[in-house]
Amino acid sequence: MSAPTSADPTLSIVLCGIAVLLAIGVVGIFTARTRRGPALVYGVSLIVSVVLTATALRFLLDGVDAQVQATVLPIGLPWIGAHFDLDLLTAMFLLVANLGGASASLYGLGYGAHESDPTRVVPAFPVFLAAMNLVVIAGDAFSFLISWEFMSLSSWALVMAHHEELDNRRAGYIYLVMASFGTLALLLAFGLFAGPDGSYAFVDMRLLDHDHVRTGIIFGLVLVGCGSKAGLVPLHAWLPLAHPAAPSHVSALMSGVMTKIAVYGFIRIVFDLLGPPQIWWSVVVLSIGGITAVLGVLHAMLEDDLKRLLAYSTVENIGIIFIGLGLALAFESGGIPWAAALAFVAALFHVLNHSLFKSLLFYGAGAVHAATQQRNMEHLGGLIHRMPITAFAFLIGAMAIAALPPLNGFVSEWLTFQAILVSPQLSAWGLKFLIPAVGAMLALSAALAAACFVKAFGLAFLGRPRSSAAQVAQEAHGASRGAMLLLVVLCIAAGIAPGYVIDAISPVTDALVGGHMPVQADQSWLTIVPIDATRSSYNGFYVFLFTALSASLGAYAIHRLASREVRRAPPWDCGYPDSSPALQYSASSFAQPIRRVFGTLLFQAREFVVMRAPGDVGAAHFRVVVRDLIWEALYQPIERYVGFVAERANRMQFWTIRQYLGLVFVALVSLLSLLAFWQ
Amino acid sequence: MIEGVVLQFGQMFLVLALAPLLTGFVRKVKARLQQRQGPPVIQPYRDLLKLLRKEVVLADNASWLFRVAPYLIFSATWTAAALVPTFATGLPFSTSADLLAIVALLGSARFFIALVGLDIGTSFGGIGSSREVMIASLAEPALIIVAFTLALIAGSTQLSVIAAFMISGEAGLRVSLGLALAALIIVAIAENARIPVDNPATHLELTMVHEAMVLEYSGRHLAVIEFAGSLKLLLYVSLIAAVFLPWGLATPGASPGHYMIGVVTYLAKVTLAGVMLALFETTIAKMRVFRVPEFLGISLMLALLGALLMFVTRSL
Repeated sequence: MSAPTSADPTLSIVLCGIAVLLAIGVVGIFTARTRRGPALVYGVSLIVSVVLTATALRFLLDGVDAQVQATVLPIGLPWIGAHFDLDLLTAMFLLVANLGGASASLYGLGYGAHESDPTRVVPAFPVFLAAMNLVVIAGDAFSFLISWEFMSLSSWALVMAHHEELDNRRAGYIYLVMASFGTLALLLAFGLFAGPDGSYAFVDMRLLDHDHVRTGIIFGLVLVGCGSKAGLVPLHAWLPLAHPAAPSHVSALMSGVMTKIAVYGFIRIVFDLLGPPQIWWSVVVLSIGGITAVLGVLHAMLEDDLKRLLAYSTVENIGIIFIGLGLALAFESGGIPWAAALAFVAALFHVLNHSLFKSLLFYGAGAVHAATQQRNMEHLGGLIHRMPITAFAFLIGAMAIAALPPLNGFVSEWLTFQAILVSPQLSAWGLKFLIPAVGAMLALSAALAAACFVKAFGLAFLGRPRSSAAQVAQEAHGASRGAMLLLVVLCIAAGIAPGYVIDAISPVTDALVGGHMPVQADQSWLTIVPIDATRSSYNGFYVFLFTALSASLGAYAIHRLASREVRRAPPWDCGYPDSSPALQYSASSFAQPIRRVFGTLLFQAREFVVMRAPGDVGAAHFRVVVRDLIWEALYQPIERYVGFVAERANRMQFWTIRQYLGLVFVALVSLLSLLAFWQ
Repeated sequence: MIEGVVLQFGQMFLVLALAPLLTGFVRKVKARLQQRQGPPVIQPYRDLLKLLRKEVVLADNASWLFRVAPYLIFSATWTAAALVPTFATGLPFSTSADLLAIVALLGSARFFIALVGLDIGTSFGGIGSSREVMIASLAEPALIIVAFTLALIAGSTQLSVIAAFMISGEAGLRVSLGLALAALIIVAIAENARIPVDNPATHLELTMVHEAMVLEYSGRHLAVIEFAGSLKLLLYVSLIAAVFLPWGLATPGASPGHYMIGVVTYLAKVTLAGVMLALFETTIAKMRVFRVPEFLGISLMLALLGALLMFVTRSL
């Protein structure tokens, strides 16, 4: 074992942290059923995650002075060993992963009490955290793929935690198939990349020089491999099934962090290892990103299940991140490195933001689920009265994800828009048409996201309770509330002081796209200036200060000078108040206008009303059919085909030993003859 | 610097003072066009004062959000309105939020108003909210794309810089500007709940959108929301005036006389816009709710066409 190349112990600390997480996972197997066992596991995970967050942050804040660290451990394949590297990009994603891990552990301390079968969750949780950390620090293709699979399998185990439900088993199955498919694509990509000489360490791969065709194929395979994990359309099908199936703090990790690890994989290979990008890569990434953003949010809007809504919204946000990355590719290949840096920072900022508010929202959904045993919004409502803290936290998360100023989600989308506005300087004609279209899709998805989260918050927390469970809901456990409030603070802080976040992220771009954003700390009063002051600037702090001040001063003045009287009365409702909560707007009726506008074409949404004949006292029926065309056109044919082949192949199971030997012989001869012709 | 801050606060309170007047003026002109006497122009001020003094009748199950939201809606709208150049460009706070941020601030206000529509749990509130978000899901992208076009013409998303560029005359007559103006006007009509998208004068009508959401509000809460509505109308008028009729805007360092000219021309522009709006509303009928997406789709397409022209060639 060689020591880390510098005296800085950051990489050693990370490796030790991962070892502790793996060990506590093993301990968890034995202690999960004991009274304090889950608390022990979550507690240790929390401490390790906090330490790793601080370590990663410290490394990241060193900025351009940070030394790349590397080490080789004598595990894995004997002649390769396991390389582990630490650079700024790694530190950025370590920060995202462990920040998510810390809040999830804290949340788990409270939420774990509701777990019916802790042995299925508690041991796998720290292992999942360790696996995500391992992917990020992996320094060769072999350890990367092993960690990647490890991450998939540990999260699969968590998805299957409630395996009694048929839906969860199906989700787990589809997840497993898609994860294997993604890993296969990455395996082929690395195989093509390293070539027959087999230099699998990233340091060596960086030096390799491939022709356009080969880099193009590798790019495609990586996009499929990482895109399927991140949830890019059309490879997103597993995501809205698997993420909601897991316990909520794990859903938060899967949506908030694991999809970001997939983004990391894409960035590491495409931006770092693969050399200068070709222009068509950006066309592909931008188109897929735009489509992913719009389809994801439309699916979310039509969803009635709160956690599945959040999962679809993850698909949307991954689309936004990939729009940023596609812009960075376009600018890099078009020779405008400063604009590439802007787009790249926008994407990374959104990575951080999404990990914050999506975790927050999943914790909120988990608290609602724990309190009511309901995920369907048609059975919720009025929870703002019963769960005020959760409601407040969910509201802030909803505002942040809807990109409303002065919160953090707005800043990263604003930066992406600024990058789009630089794009007329690109000379490629295809991009001149594509980028405004992608900009329109981004704008559309931002507006629809706001609509979607009006629905999520409004249906679940406002109005009157739609079920008895919602009537008697209890506020979440103290630790869970703490985790949510922590994320609320971070969302607000990143929104009103975005300059610090940009300055922390910005050094990452130097090595990857060869450009740099202006230093934001030089600006006065927390203003951010992405390009230069006459082009655009934004000051989240002033916006926050001014809105907060004018709202509170206005309220104060009105209460002092005009009137402060309040009388409670039954709702007015134009004189026809309805007594039953069932007469409120429901989730599907809320989505109806948008379903009609966008869904009629995209989802073939149809409404069927069955009215009884006059005099017939039977109930009338209203039915909505929404079709997932991607599932029908892509997945179902594959499923049928695989089923057909499997059915045929199944006959081989009943062959005699002679037939098996014959098969082996034929296979051997054909392979050898193939080899002979090849030479 | 101090002068700038004074002017900035002057602009903030100018829009505050002017907003109900514009609403009253539009109502008056509309009434005259319909051969009615109409209420006096200052009626909205009286209404606001009356509402402010009244007690609030709060539905039994109203949450804290229902009580806080009016102030948030008001402050977000006011912040946005105070950042649009009215009589002068280059005011100190104009750099703290650009056109995209102003659009998003209006989005914040809309987010809350759509939420409170759902708070009491009445079917009228729900119908209003769901239609409002449908309208917004088309109007907001159109507005952002208009912002793209303007930003590409002027080389900046700062409204102040855009307005200054427009005064300089370098922009000239462009096809994309025309398309952007048409798109912006449609968005302004939809966002302000004017005819043909919504009718600000209706009550108890199944086609209402904005009024349905605020149906449960009364007293000071209603006053604040109505005020925010007036501010929003003035904001759109100022926005269109600053970009498409920038004449008379005072630039930084101008003499007090210039600022006076700025204020006078601004008032003239607002008057013109008020008359045009009243004329338009009198001559057109309200459309069915599901015709609105087509109307807004036109706006979105026009905006996108304008932006595409700007992306492809810098001269159109």
